[in-house]
Amino acid sequence: MSNGGKQVQVGYFAVLREDRGLGAENVVTQAQTLGSLYEELKLAHGLRLRVDQLKFALNDEFVNADHQLKNGDHVVFIPPVAGG
Amino acid sequence: MLEPSFEISPQPLRPQSLRKRLEDPGAGGVVTFEGWVRNLNEGKPVIALEYEVYDELAVKEGQRILQEALDRWELKAVHAVHRSGKLVVGDCAVWVGVAAGHRAQAFEACRAIIDELKQRVPIWKKEYYEDGETDWLRGAG
Repeated sequence: MSNGGKQVQVGYFAVLREDRGLGAENVVTQAQTLGSLYEELKLAHGLRLRVDQLKFALNDEFVNADHQLKNGDHVVFIPPVAGG
Repeated sequence: MLEPSFEISPQPLRPQSLRKRLEDPGAGGVVTFEGWVRNLNEGKPVIALEYEVYDELAVKEGQRILQEALDRWELKAVHAVHRSGKLVVGDCAVWVGVAAGHRAQAFEACRAIIDELKQRVPIWKKEYYEDGETDWLRGAG
């Protein structure tokens, strides 16, 4: 990728999936962290949740919002959960 | 060595068959919890709901919760299952079962497991109301 852009796979669930209109997509981004990737996508697609309402998964494990993003990562944004 | 066993099921939960997994000759007490779909949430009549699940991480986190219970209490058996997909009023949405030598461990572990499952496992609930509206619930509900 030129300019340090990374290609990552993004997964959306529940309210975010409905806001985005799809469950998964490949994204090319300059974002350095998962949190800044979310801010970028929130702005682009009008995602309704704030970054501080979310948890983050990287390659199917929980990580923090400030975790560094790498090319090829699989990122999932996790809205507040409501099981049970 | 007891293996934690947490599952996501797209099929209806059958408590009578799930409880067989708890059978152990050393068990002196069994506590099970069934979460059912209720017809009312915050004053609004509910007719159905839908669980969306991040399967890979939900199973990992559920297993971790059961393992934490195994580490904390002396249990003979532990098992939990959460539904995915669309459910109607009266359906069993989540089932937790714990067998232990004595009742205190079984009660405490079962309570802790359901509380943790609701707070930590990536599962989302969309409610369908009588008036045709729908809503994604936020936080443990």
